[in-house]
Order: sequence, then C-alpha cells, then structure tokens
Amino acid sequence: MNLSGKSQLAGILKKHEPEILADWTQSQLAASTLRSDLMTEAELREQSRQLLNALQRGAQEGQLNDVSGPQWQEARDLLTRISRSRAQQGYTPSETATFVFSLKQPLFARLRKEIGSDVTALADELWLTTTLLDRLALFTTERYQQSRDELIARQQRELLELSTPVVQLWNGVLALPLIGTLDSERTQVVMESLLEKIVATSAPLAIIDITGVPTVDTLVAQHLLKTVAAARLMGADCIISGIRPQIAQTIVHLGVDLADVVPKATLADAFAIALKRMGLAVARAGA
Amino acid sequence: MNELRPLTVSLKTSEDVVRLRQTVRERAVEIGFGLVDQTKLVTAASELARNTILYGGGGEATLEIVTQGERRGICLTFSDRGPGIPDVELALKDGYTSGSGLGLGLGGAKRLSNEFNIVSQVGAGTRVTIKRWR
Amino acid sequence: MARIPILKMGAFLLVTIQVDMHDRLALTLQDDLTTRIVADRAHGVLIDISSLDVVDSFIGRMISDISKMAQVLDAHTVVVGMQPAVAITLVELGLSLEGVRTALDVERGMELLRLQVSEG
Repeated sequence: MNLSGKSQLAGILKKHEPEILADWTQSQLAASTLRSDLMTEAELREQSRQLLNALQRGAQEGQLNDVSGPQWQEARDLLTRISRSRAQQGYTPSETATFVFSLKQPLFARLRKEIGSDVTALADELWLTTTLLDRLALFTTERYQQSRDELIARQQRELLELSTPVVQLWNGVLALPLIGTLDSERTQVVMESLLEKIVATSAPLAIIDITGVPTVDTLVAQHLLKTVAAARLMGADCIISGIRPQIAQTIVHLGVDLADVVPKATLADAFAIALKRMGLAVARAGA
Repeated sequence: MNELRPLTVSLKTSEDVVRLRQTVRERAVEIGFGLVDQTKLVTAASELARNTILYGGGGEATLEIVTQGERRGICLTFSDRGPGIPDVELALKDGYTSGSGLGLGLGGAKRLSNEFNIVSQVGAGTRVTIKRWR
Repeated sequence: MARIPILKMGAFLLVTIQVDMHDRLALTLQDDLTTRIVADRAHGVLIDISSLDVVDSFIGRMISDISKMAQVLDAHTVVVGMQPAVAITLVELGLSLEGVRTALDVERGMELLRLQVSEG
C-alpha cells in the first residue's frame, strides 16, 4: 500500500506547524512520564520544534514508509543527536522513544480535523503516519544502544590504560605486566603505548610479561609479535616472559624467534636477564 | 571546510607523490584519524601512487570522505591507463616485482587498508581503491 | 635544488632527514654520501629519521641501499629515531630493513657505531 504520492502529511505539517507544536508540547508537559528534572520546558519545546521541522521536510521529499533514504537524513541526524544527549542525561531508551510516540496523539487529532470527512483517506493517512513514527522511534532506540555501547567501550579503554601501566624498572628497562584477557583492540592500544614509552624514556629494553593472561589467541599473539618487530625496527629489544604451556603452542606456531622469549620465567627472572644483557649486576652495598 | 567534495590530483612526478602524501595526511587529521591510522593510510597511498607512476605511466588519485552509518573514513582511488596487470594474484604476492621496486606496493597497501579493491585490464589500465575507517 | 646536509662527527657522518623526500633528492643524498664517506674516510653513517612521519618502501629501499653502499666502502650504518607509528606501519607493510642496524637516538646510535667499528 504505497500511498506516499498521495499523502497529505507534509502539507498538513507545514500548514499547521505552530498549532501541532503547541498541542504536542502541552501534552508532553502534562504527561506523567515527564522528566522535568532532566530537561527544561524551553529545551523540550526546542527539541519538539526541530523534530517537527525535520519530519515535515522528510515527508515532503521522501517516502513515508522508508526512513533510510537521503531525504530523511536530517531527521535521522537530529534523532541521533537527541538520542545521544538524552542517553547522557540519563533518560531511559523508552523515555526517548516515548518522545517520538507522544507526537501521535496531537498529530492524529490534527489529521482528523483536516481530513475527517474522507474516511478512507483518513484511515490511510493515519496508517502511514503511525508506521512512520514507529520507525523513527525504533531508530532512536537503536541509536541509544549504540551510544551506550560506545560509552562502555570508551570506559573500557580508560580502565585499560589505568590497568596496564608501562613501568620503568631501571634506567633503560621498561616492563609491561599484562593482566586479564586480551582482545585484539586492547592489545593494539597497549602495544602502541609501550612503543611510545620506549621512545619517551629512551629505553632499549622492554619486558612484556604475560603471566597474568590466561589465554592468548592467534590474533593477540600476532599483535605481540608485531610489537616486538616494531620495537626492533626502532632500536629496542623486547623480552616476553611468563609464557605458560597453554600459550606456548600458539606462539611457536607463529614462528616466534625464541631468543625473544623467556619461557616459564617470571617478570623478576626476565629483569635479571635484562640487567645481564646490559652488563649490569646487583651488588650488596659495601659496609 | 568543504571536506565532503572529492579531490582529484594528477600523478606524474615524484613531487606529486609527496604532495599527495601531505594532502592525505591533512584530510586524515581533519576527520580525526589516530596517528597510526594516519600513517598507515599515507604510506599505502604513497605505495599506490608510486605504482601508478612507475608502472601505469602516470595517472590520477581521487580522495573522498566516505560514511557508513555513523562511522567515517577515507577512500582513495588510483587509476591509470597503463599496460594493466596480467596476473593480479601474482602481483599481490610480496616480493613480486616487474620493475626495480621491492614488490611490496600492492600487497602492502592491501594490508595497510581496511578495504582493498583492484580492477585491471591488459592494454586498458588499472584502478586500485583503498578505504580506511576511523 | 636543496640538498640534505651531511655533518661530520669525528669518524662518522650524520644525516638528518627532515623533509618529505622526492626521488631526485633521495638519489642526490646517496651520491653525496658515497662521495663524503670516501673523502672523509668515514667509518660509519648515522641516519636520523626522527622527523620522518612516513617511511614507504621507496625510502626503505633507499636506506637499505645506503647501508649496502657504505658496507662496500668499509663503513657501518645505523638508523636512529624511527617513530612508533612508522615502525608499526613498516611491520604491517612487510619491510624488514634487513641488515640495517637501528638505535633509539643519535647518542645510542653513536655508541653502536663505535662498537661495530671496534669489532671490525
């Protein structure tokens, strides 16, 4: 049932925008679900006004039964912004979707007023409008999800940076004790920061200790190896310590140069080896 | 900042390669690529630009900002009307070179990019497209 | 045309690459270095690439060639100051710079050269 060509929605929205906006704002303010603690009346009015505008323009040019086209880009961008900012403010996804749903009542009332005499046309128009608003409301929930996901990812990253500090064990020796499960992205971030630290502290030796890592998959092992290769290109050497038998197979299959690996050794053992390589020894302070 | 318009530059001399690198770097910075992503993209561009000049007899490069849903990226297309590549599979293998290069250009550019596409016809020319996403 | 300056530091030559090089500049550098290694009887060449934010296979080839040339002329080569982003990219690119020694900075590079020279 493609009635977009005959739809009067765009025209009605344009002609009666002020009244529709007034009705809509009023009903939102009267609703029990209003979060006056999160948004002022003026802000709410402004968001509503912007959405009505974007709706009008989208309905004018585009298909009402498909909001993925370029004519609906403005509406999608607006809803993305609204969804994001509401998520940050603490609105639930339902509350954000309700914002879109709440337009139905005032809009239907207006449609009934304008087309009421033609029952068939009114029915068609109501159908088009309700499915349009449903789609847009669903869009906001998707965006909400996405922005929460991004927030979580960002928080994970920050936590990651805090939990895997690169430590300077000695002048010229860095250590990176990795703890917990490694995923591809995390490994890359951590390895990049190790290389940056190598340059910053001018440390020719870095110990990557994976004692605290339960499993290392092929992808992560490859990142580790690429880091070792990159460090070498820069003029530094890496020692990987703390490899357990379970991880050993993965590493060997990737053709690791065993000179870079100090198997079964703890970070302390690796440090001793590092000192030796640098021609240093620890001696008791003379009496 | 009219970044959304595609930009086309001609590739004939090695100075053009240097200029292209700078342009790609600027755009990558503009849309917020991290340093490693910038470097990978610029390096891939450099490899492909050289190939266009050395083996394609010169050509052009087009830079476009692309979007996919919420993420943005850069798409680079290198085209020439040169002799074309008879065996693309072979050309993608590391170490293979029909000239004096290191043979890392095509395969390397592929590894450095998120998306890679090559179309080549003997006697007609070659077009390589790479994309890197934020 | 601008040339890349080559500084003499004792028995070694120091080249600091700070510009995005095009082909002619790179070839001129190779020529200049060969000449200077012989003229100054240099035992080593230090190439400082800490200002380079891109190293592609062409530059990589140039560095390898310089290293081989220097070897023929009985001099060692050390490349210093590679940036992390460049190193990561080179690994992905598959460029190994085999046979070229590297160090973190000029100071360590000099140390390495002295070591290599003393080892003969």
